[in-house]
Amino acid sequence: MTAPDLIRLSGVAKRFTKAGQGITIFDHLDMGIGRGDFVAIMGPSGSGKTTLLNLLGGIDQPTGGEIWFDGARIDRLPEGRLADWRANNVGFIFQFYNLMPTLTALRNVELPLLLTPLGRAERRQRAEIALRIVGLSDRLGHYPREMSGGQQQRVAIARAIVSDPKMLLCDEPTGDLDRGTADEILRMLQLLNREMGKTIVMVTHDPEAARYAGRILHLDKGRFVENELAGARVS
Amino acid sequence: MNDFTLVRANLFRRKLRAMLMIVAIFIAFLIFGVLASFERAFSSGETTAAANRLVVNNKINFTQPLPLAYLGRVRGVEGVRLASHFSWFGGYYQEPRNFLIAFAVEPDSYLDIYRDDLRVTAEERARFLADQGSLLVGDVVAAKYGWKIGDRIPLSSNIWTNSSTGGRRWDFTIAGILRPGKPQSDTNLVVFHYDYLNETRGVARDSIGVVVLETVDAAVNETVAARIDSLFANSFAETETVTEAAFNKQFAAQFGNIALIVGLVVGAAFVTILMIVGNTMVMAIRERTREVAVLKTLGFPSPRIFRLVLGESLLLAFLGGIPGLLAAAAALAALRPLLAGFAPGLALAPPVALTGVGLMLLLGLATGALPALNALRLNIVTGLGRD
Repeated sequence: MTAPDLIRLSGVAKRFTKAGQGITIFDHLDMGIGRGDFVAIMGPSGSGKTTLLNLLGGIDQPTGGEIWFDGARIDRLPEGRLADWRANNVGFIFQFYNLMPTLTALRNVELPLLLTPLGRAERRQRAEIALRIVGLSDRLGHYPREMSGGQQQRVAIARAIVSDPKMLLCDEPTGDLDRGTADEILRMLQLLNREMGKTIVMVTHDPEAARYAGRILHLDKGRFVENELAGARVS
Repeated sequence: MNDFTLVRANLFRRKLRAMLMIVAIFIAFLIFGVLASFERAFSSGETTAAANRLVVNNKINFTQPLPLAYLGRVRGVEGVRLASHFSWFGGYYQEPRNFLIAFAVEPDSYLDIYRDDLRVTAEERARFLADQGSLLVGDVVAAKYGWKIGDRIPLSSNIWTNSSTGGRRWDFTIAGILRPGKPQSDTNLVVFHYDYLNETRGVARDSIGVVVLETVDAAVNETVAARIDSLFANSFAETETVTEAAFNKQFAAQFGNIALIVGLVVGAAFVTILMIVGNTMVMAIRERTREVAVLKTLGFPSPRIFRLVLGESLLLAFLGGIPGLLAAAAALAALRPLLAGFAPGLALAPPVALTGVGLMLLLGLATGALPALNALRLNIVTGLGRD
């Protein structure tokens, strides 16, 4: 007997109109991602990877079908409850880090904890732990402009995990980094998946990056064309 | 860290821009504080006026004289309880810059009419009435010049010539000190015997400035005023009888329509600053579209983001406005001794300060509303540039 999926898409459609023309990204998409999976989604530009990630993260809503997360349907939640759901369940890691330039590393990581009832001291302590996990204990007071791309991405990872979400969504997390730094980041994600049990969905163009995942899904024109059980690269 | 940390960090993201906006708001509230306080000082007579006191002045203008004989006829009008008169002396002490509010009055009736506003002891009153060359000095004036009872004081006039000396100087002996009868009473004045002036001035003998009277009840003010004005209709000196509050307002209007000036200057400054700050805030939030989208992605609810942006514009308004009002208070304190003759009680009064705080609130809300609304409505996917 297999464990139920953490997130499941059933008959999901996404259509919109641009310049008076109807565009269909997905027509009838089904997929499931189990708890503790590390899934890489690959595909050419315009295949719908980013839209899929937006739907999984609850920052966009489908025009049809259902999205279930941990046994609860999320695709019809009102905006306020969806914001709560994101705060409690999802950590986001972006290609360009998207840190707040006016805040130090520590405060950037503490940011999601402002949405929790935690007190000031506990928030700070958790943010320090998250930064320690990503190896940046010595950079607490540094601003993003004072750090390298790799360090900024590690701060972004610390921000993503600080509230202990079940799922991490990564959009080209190494797209702006050199190979060596990219491997460091990917090993860190792999560690979070294996040691902390985080379910990770990563969109990438990079086959090398995808090899860190346990499963690779190939998306083309809104359909999964290949479902590869990757021989995950061992760190 | 808390929401205020975010607001502060965002506001000072570009320090020079933030400082320039704060300086602009500072200047606006400095202007507001000073002008509104001047307006209040000039119009304070309106608030100290008694409800049943009327002033009869020349219909042409209150600077034109009335015949002294009018006083007796006013006293005979039904509904008049007391009547007196006073005349502007145009006085100063030693030098014209030591300007004084000085009136030549009919002593006994004047002190009766202003019994609730200007207090003197029975002894001082008796001394004043007994000596035609004596002077009653408001406590504000006495404190300013260090005068005391018994002092011989020379006062000069920029209107009248003393026919007995050929100069413009009259000598007085201080008979008493006028003290305020109510908290709002204005004692920044000196009064002396009309007869002393009338007998020694070279021209305009037996003419007076205005007649001041007390009616039996404020309810009959209009009727009494109409009776008096009809009494002198078609004479060479027709009258206009108005309430004391209206008269004080006319008096203040000599210095221009202060309320209009305040309104125009503050209004122009506000509209300009509203546009500058509003436009800058819109641009500042637009620059941060991606960051707003990231906050929403992290789970910050839209209403909280709305409050964060609005908080920024409110903080900006208060960071400029409060020091502006404090600077206005300091400037007024410095000006007060210099302008005591023109604008007695010049200070940043609590109602002006409260109005200022209200305007800061208004400025903050007005400049922050649009960018806050834009942030509230921002679609995450669009904001992150992912569509």
